[in-house]
This record gives sequence, C-alpha cells and structure tokens, in this order.
Amino acid sequence: MTLPTQSALLKYKKRKWINRLALTLSLAAMVFGLVWLVWILWEIVHLGLGGLSATVFTQMTPAPNEDGGLANALYGSGLMVVLATFVGTPVGIFAGIYLAEFGEKTWLGSVTRFVNDILLSAPSIVIGLFIYSLVVVKLKNFSAFAGVLALALIVIPVVIRTTENMLRLVPNALREAAYALGTPQWKVVLTVTLRAAKSGVVTGVLLAVARISGETAPLLFTALSNQFWSSSLMQPMASLPVTIFKFAMSPYQNWQQLAWAGVFVITVFVLALNILARWITRAK
Amino acid sequence: MENSKISVRDLNFYYGKFHALKNINLEIERNKVTAFIGPSGCGKSTLLRTFNRMFELYPEQRATGEILLDGKNTLQADQDVSLLRAKVGMVFQKPTPFPMSIYDNIAFGIKLFENLSRSDMDDRVEWALRQAALWGEVKDKLAQSGSGLSGGQQQRLCIARGIAIKPEVLLLDEPCSALDPISTAKIEELISELKDSYTVVIVTHSMQQAARCSDYTAYMYLGDLMEFGTTKDVFFKPQRRETEDYITGRFG
Repeated sequence: MTLPTQSALLKYKKRKWINRLALTLSLAAMVFGLVWLVWILWEIVHLGLGGLSATVFTQMTPAPNEDGGLANALYGSGLMVVLATFVGTPVGIFAGIYLAEFGEKTWLGSVTRFVNDILLSAPSIVIGLFIYSLVVVKLKNFSAFAGVLALALIVIPVVIRTTENMLRLVPNALREAAYALGTPQWKVVLTVTLRAAKSGVVTGVLLAVARISGETAPLLFTALSNQFWSSSLMQPMASLPVTIFKFAMSPYQNWQQLAWAGVFVITVFVLALNILARWITRAK
Repeated sequence: MENSKISVRDLNFYYGKFHALKNINLEIERNKVTAFIGPSGCGKSTLLRTFNRMFELYPEQRATGEILLDGKNTLQADQDVSLLRAKVGMVFQKPTPFPMSIYDNIAFGIKLFENLSRSDMDDRVEWALRQAALWGEVKDKLAQSGSGLSGGQQQRLCIARGIAIKPEVLLLDEPCSALDPISTAKIEELISELKDSYTVVIVTHSMQQAARCSDYTAYMYLGDLMEFGTTKDVFFKPQRRETEDYITGRFG
C-alpha cells in the first residue's frame, strides 16, 4: 500500500470529525425526545399507582368526595373498543385488499386511497361531530352505539392503510407463482398474499385498537358518559378517556386520583398492545 | 414437426408500445427439453410467459399471433386461463414457497382441480416430492413451513408444486440463477428425468446449462428468434455468425 498524501490524510481527519459531530447531534436529539417520554411515564406511574386499588376495578364512578372506582368506565371502554374493532376491521381489511390487489391502478382506487389518507389524518373531533349530527341528533339520544360508530370510523382508515402497505410488500413473484398454478384471483389473495402479509395486517389492527382506546373527542359527542353501570347500546355509556377528562378537570381530590389511576390503566394497556404488535412482527 | 407439443405462429408481443417479440415461429417438441438462450432483454422470458398467458396479469402487455397447444390456439379469448395453466406449469427464477407448510405447498395446486381423499392426497404429495428429488430431505418435516428450507430445496419444492397438478408442459424461467452449483446440478439432473413425462421449456443465462440439459436450443436477440435447432447443431455448427459469437462468449 502506498502512503496517503498529506491532503488525503487531512480530508480523512475532517471526515472523521464530521462523523463525530453528526453522531453527537443525533444522540442529543434522541436524548431530548426520550427525556420527555420517560418523564411522562414516570409521572403516570408515580401518580397513577397511588390511586390504584382493587376498588378501581369493582366499583362504579363515585359522586364527588365519595368512594368509588372506574368499573363502568372500564366496561364501557372495553365494550365500545371491541365492537368498533369488529365493525371496522373487516371493512378496513377488505378495502385494503381492494386497493392493493384489485384497484391498484384504477381511477376508483386512486380516489379511495386519497380520501382514505384524508380520513386518516382527520382530527378525531371532526369524526365525533359527524356521528353526532348523523346519529345522535337523529335518534335524539347520546348512545354507546354512536360511540362505537365513531370509533369504527377511526379504525377503518388505519386498517386500510396498513393492510394495503403490507400487501404491497408481498413480492409479485409470489402472486405470479400462485397464478401460474391456475389459481383464481380471489383465492390467490385470500390464501397466498393475505397469508403472507398476515402478521403485518394483525399489527395494524392492534395499533388501531391502541389508538381508539385513548380517543376522547369522538366519544364526547356520541357515547357521552354515564355515572352508572349501563350495558345498553342505546343509552349513554361511560368510557375511560371521557371519565378521565371529566375527573381530571374537577376540583375534587378523589376524582383527580381516579383520573390518574385511569391514565395509568390506559397507558399500560396501550403499551402492552404495542409490545404485542412488535412481538408479532418479530415472530415472523 | 408433426410431434410438436407447442407451435408458435407469427407471434408478436408488446409491452405498451415496445415491440418485444417480432414474428416468432417455433415448434416445441413433445417430451424434449427446449432451451431459450440469449442476452438479457432479448425476449426469452417474455416468450416463455406467453405459453401460460402469464403476461395477462399486466394490462399493458399483449400478444398477437397464435400459440397452438396440441393444435389448439391458447391465445384465443375462449381458452380458460386456469385450465391452460393447469396444463402448462411454471417455475420461476426466485424460489417462491407459499406461506404455508411444505405439505400444503404441494396440496394447494392439487386442491384447485381435484378432490382427493386424505390418503390419495398424501400419496400424491409424496409422489410429487419424490419426482422433484426432495422427498428424502423433507419427509420428516412436512408440517414445517416451506420458507424454512434452503434456497435449492425451496426451488425443488416449487418444481414439486408444479408437477403435483400433473401438467403436460413445464416452463422453467432461469430456475437455477439463484442457486449454488450443487443445487443447480440436482435440478439439472431432475430436468433430464422430467422430460420422460413432460415437455420442458427452460430459459437460461448459462450456455453450459443449455448445452448440458437441452435437446433443442433457440437463440434470441432483441426480440428476434435468430436460430433454432437441435442443441448439438446450434452449439457445434451454428448457422449464423451472431449465434456463434454469443455461444463462444465473444458477445453478450
């Protein structure tokens, strides 16, 4: 090897310094972001654990300065989230399949994709107000049913987007191989491409569930809230985010403490869903 | 040739406005191996993909002319594409195991056309895997995922999957280009055994491969069929200068 010249050596040193500088800057940015995140988590654990006890899960939301829990809100949130997921997931998956497999280059496909992107980034309060005027005003009643619809409307675009993206990641060679056996298109999609994209699609659904578990705005105008246990879909229903909103804004100490307990429960749930989603993609 | 399985008549092929195959006329003999060779972009894969109408997946691609399979024009609109593909199987460049077990990879195609009992299906799966010289390596792990196999095994799995539906013609599109020499040797051995029961057409970049395992060779260049004949003739006394240049490595 010939010895590098003086100027080449200088260039190399300069490059090393630029490398160090860039690395330091990106590290600093990462630390800045992490500090807030850890701080938030710390506050939630710190304040949430204090209010957490078995009664949180067994008793109804109390009147100010009385003992109680969040049982009706937890039940309401659980029920509405599950129903919204069941309504929104099939619609989202089928629409995603259409966009990726059938309407890829069609006019309808491009328009749907564009509208879906708008829906994806629509503020959730807009969706809440839409369902309010469409369902609540017509039925003259706040109801869990309306809440489910609003949440489902948030699930759909998320699932459409992830399903389409995951199907697009499936190599075309796999589709061709299936067609080469004489497989009809619907069967290629259902048994080969969708199966190949399965873990990604499931992850998308889980992330959508995580997203709607914490949504407050779409429920404020639809399911409203309920101080008592109610399992009727046609009645107002309590939910965790709305209860937290109400309780945290109140001057009553016991309500505030319950709000923190609720925040803790939601955070742990969403965190668990995210970890599960990561684990599923990894397990592939 | 009176013994031809596939006859190509005045075939022209277009990718949008690009004229990719120009007036191809070709006879592919029954129970023989025919190789398509030529530099990249010459149209050999395109020609192969007209035999099972694979190109129809892409709306901007179209073919004119005739491709007769046992005398019947398969390019006609009334030809059922699924049935054509059941008769004319295809194996691709990259191994493409389906996201399911080894057993189900084979059974998948069979279930499309036949309703077999469990034990008949087991027999057929074993038969196909034996034909593809893979049975010994996978017989104890049929329930495992097909993507867990090595590249060479995956490619033989794809061949087994193609054979399992008992096609009459097997199209191989550079089946060894992603494989190491040992796997390649196994597949070439397989090809010469397969021609007893099938008509095989293989696209290859490797001249040695064409020389080793084909009976007929077609040399293509820029969408034209330059030369076609027995592999011996094409390799040892090529009629055209271009063919000789390509084969001897002076060009391409």
